[in-house]
Amino acid sequence: MSRITGVLQALKDQGRKALIPFITAGDPAPDQTVALMHTLVDAGADIIELGVPFSDPMADGPVIQLACERALVHGTSLRQVLGMVRTFRETDDRTPVVLMGYLNPMEAMGYGAFADLAKASGVDGILTVDLPPEEADEVAPLFTARELDAIFLLSPTTTDDRIRAISEHSSGYVYYVSFKGVTGAQGINVAEVAEKVQHIHELTALPVAVGFGIRDAKTAADVGKVSDGVIVGSVLVDTIANNQDNPEQLKKALTDLLHPMREALDGLAS
Amino acid sequence: MSIKLTDDMLSMLPDTRGHFGAYGGRFVSETLMDSLMTLEREYLRLKKDPEFQAQFDKDLADYVGRPSPLYFAERLTKKAGGAQIWLKREDLNHTGAHKVNNTIGQALLASFLGKTRIIAETGAGQHGVATATVCARLGLECHIFMGAEDVQRQSLNVYRMKLLGAEVHSVTGGTRTLKDAMNDAMRDWVTNVDDTFYIIGTVAGPHPYPLLVRDFQSVIGRETREQSLRQAGKLPDALVACVGGGSNAIGMFYPFLTDESVELYGVEAGGLGIDTGKHAAPLSAGRPGVLHGNRTYLMEDENGQISGTHSVSAGLDYPGVGPEHSWLKDIGRAHYVSVTDDEAMAGFHLLTRTEGIMPALETAHAVSYAMKLAAEMDKDKMIVINISGRGDKDINTVAQLDGIKL
Ligand SMILES: Cc1ncc(COP(=O)(O)O)c(C=O)c1O
Repeated sequence: MSRITGVLQALKDQGRKALIPFITAGDPAPDQTVALMHTLVDAGADIIELGVPFSDPMADGPVIQLACERALVHGTSLRQVLGMVRTFRETDDRTPVVLMGYLNPMEAMGYGAFADLAKASGVDGILTVDLPPEEADEVAPLFTARELDAIFLLSPTTTDDRIRAISEHSSGYVYYVSFKGVTGAQGINVAEVAEKVQHIHELTALPVAVGFGIRDAKTAADVGKVSDGVIVGSVLVDTIANNQDNPEQLKKALTDLLHPMREALDGLAS
Repeated sequence: MSIKLTDDMLSMLPDTRGHFGAYGGRFVSETLMDSLMTLEREYLRLKKDPEFQAQFDKDLADYVGRPSPLYFAERLTKKAGGAQIWLKREDLNHTGAHKVNNTIGQALLASFLGKTRIIAETGAGQHGVATATVCARLGLECHIFMGAEDVQRQSLNVYRMKLLGAEVHSVTGGTRTLKDAMNDAMRDWVTNVDDTFYIIGTVAGPHPYPLLVRDFQSVIGRETREQSLRQAGKLPDALVACVGGGSNAIGMFYPFLTDESVELYGVEAGGLGIDTGKHAAPLSAGRPGVLHGNRTYLMEDENGQISGTHSVSAGLDYPGVGPEHSWLKDIGRAHYVSVTDDEAMAGFHLLTRTEGIMPALETAHAVSYAMKLAAEMDKDKMIVINISGRGDKDINTVAQLDGIKL
């Protein structure tokens, strides 16, 4: 069983929901990323989604675009991101790490080399925003062979046939994008999300995590109620931007954001 | 290495997943997949629909002013001292470039699909103007995304778009040029996918865009083929077109792909010189990667980050290229070469002074290369240059580069 499946199964057994924060690797600077990952875990993260910076993040709003730019100013490369995961693993072998990014940096490294290095570095899952399963027939088997979970997106526009097909290509969990739009936008409608996620649950046995538009504890709890986990990104990245010159203050600010979410999610269990 | 292409082979490209050999495809986030699949299905249906095609042909004739002439450039030919040089006059189209062939087609598609809001990216502003134009004509809401740097250097076209009723969004992310405009257009599309049609301006983007833009632009090559046979009594020996995303070039090349005797030359922007790294010539100096929904030759660094580009012409200032060109390069059917900013400027002045035709700076790249090519060819040979657009929009840039204050 993969580390991701293990964690999600354990949570499920306890009636709890996964809290999955996203940050961009190398933001605000490469030497801070590992410490920030530990901060996320201390504040209640179950799984970490670590963004691989890309020059042209087409699916992201301004907040994560700027995070990519900050990381790329320091030349943060995919190879370096894998090095950060390796360092993180030296002191945390429990928390799954999912790399989330765009295809081209992986293609540039070479898919085989990337899959090998990702596995060796302690990465657990790969989510490639611009890689639908239709184009993944070269890449996905390389991940599967190394027991890396391939995580794909579902969206409000995904038809039932595609939900089934995509789930078949996925392992670990599926990521439901809560609304039509880019990261960081406002637009989540909890009732609509509830309906669609319930429907997805009927079509696949995989856990469903929901991301986009979750910025506070109340929304996290509302969405957690109807799903297996919540992904929180732009609000954290925004916090990083606002506190980039003061690591101590940043740590506190991130904790102050995540802690109430953790409590609200755990409140659902009782 | 060159293989002989047949109509049968071409009819299978792109394949059902939008691939031209190793290139093309559909690399987008999930939210857009359903729209792209609907667009593909509807387009393949309409492609065979006589009513749709008749409307398209009628619009090209009555609104765009097609066919555009094929003109023998006698003085230019003398100057080059070799092959006969002919000009395919896309600059005479309504709005002044080949771009309108495609926007007419896509706007028609949008209407058939019942979409009421149009978005487009633009570099030089020609595609933006062509899009704003068809939107004005059809009464559609129009949003144009344009890199902040291009808004500066193509201010005339920005104003034209506004006069036509379009809203122009200045894009300040990334390198502030065409690729960033395309990123923001994609972001808008994913947000407003229900009522919005994205009119992509070149043969790039996810499947089916490279297919449908090529089909709409192929009218250039079809006419050129017919006109060559009628006016010169033979097929040309070489075709020359500039390559940004590659739409005017593929439109010219496509109807000639199976004519083995016709050599194809795509001219990329060499900027300050290929070895300076400051250029926009992915086919000449890049390698395959994935950007904007398709796999194709790209300008990127060793870590897979897309490189900044440089060209004197905003319309060529793009780090990628249509996937069909990548395929044509690999199979050796077309040659891809580059021309520097300075050479293009010389080409601009040359065509203006010898023929009284002021080309767009994009087009000037093709003119410059064709002069070299013609000089090496025998006098009984024939070259056609695709004059993709007129130069009015570039007057400010030309004056500035020549050190003249207007
Ligand atoms: C006149 C003209 N020619 C060529 C181009 C380059 O585009 P493409 O390579 O798609 O023809 C442009 C783009 O703006 C243009 O305006």
